[in-house]
Amino acid sequence: MADSTFIYVTYIRTTPDELWRALTTPQFMAQYWLGATAEAEWRKGGPWKLVFPDGRVADAGEIVDFEPPRLLAIKWRNEWSEEFKAEGWSMCTMELEPMDDAVKLTVSHTMERENAKFIGAVGGGWPRILSNLKSLLETGKVVLPPK
Amino acid sequence: MNDDAVFKALADASRRQLLDRLHDRNGQTLSELCEGLDMSRQAVTKHLTLLEEANLVAAQKHGREKLHFLNPAPIQEIADRWMGKFDRRRIEALADLKRALEGEPGT
Repeated sequence: MADSTFIYVTYIRTTPDELWRALTTPQFMAQYWLGATAEAEWRKGGPWKLVFPDGRVADAGEIVDFEPPRLLAIKWRNEWSEEFKAEGWSMCTMELEPMDDAVKLTVSHTMERENAKFIGAVGGGWPRILSNLKSLLETGKVVLPPK
Repeated sequence: MNDDAVFKALADASRRQLLDRLHDRNGQTLSELCEGLDMSRQAVTKHLTLLEEANLVAAQKHGREKLHFLNPAPIQEIADRWMGKFDRRRIEALADLKRALEGEPGT
């Protein structure tokens, strides 16, 4: 397969609406997204970017699917690293499926390129961000506070 | 998620070998995973089912193929639960020591 893909599947004890809000509200995101926030027009086709606390743009792209509270897909390219930026566009899909008293969140981040370094890098970031998110929604506290 | 299912899944060398393979190359079909392994296709299927039930592997349909992906979530979540406990205690212990050395009242 000539793609690079990172997948993270977690079950969070919350409601789809709460989780959707957590994924699309900048102030909330800052708590678990290791200090970064999103600036976006939250609609299909809307511009999207992830911004560091000092205002630098970390990643930028466009919202490709927006179906609250079940599907958010973002076409996304890194901006802060020359090397990652040169690898081009990736697709990040977040799917929310209601379960009995939890939501199954599946995050897939993929690039049409073999052994993409960017996908390797997000593979390091996503587990910490999503584990923070689960902890925040379930206990009110993150595992790793923003620096 | 079920911790027992995760530890049970990891307790088998063949299953760990499958996880290693996916770590080296993510998104493989059953046939690809079976290649060069000293395990029958049936055995690999049984192991994959157990790994999927433990949420350590996520299987997805891509076109006509079913691809298997490594899911780091269960291990990440167990690590956070345990690491969190150790770090907190260590930080508190260091803070206590600092206070004692600096001669703060009440220590």
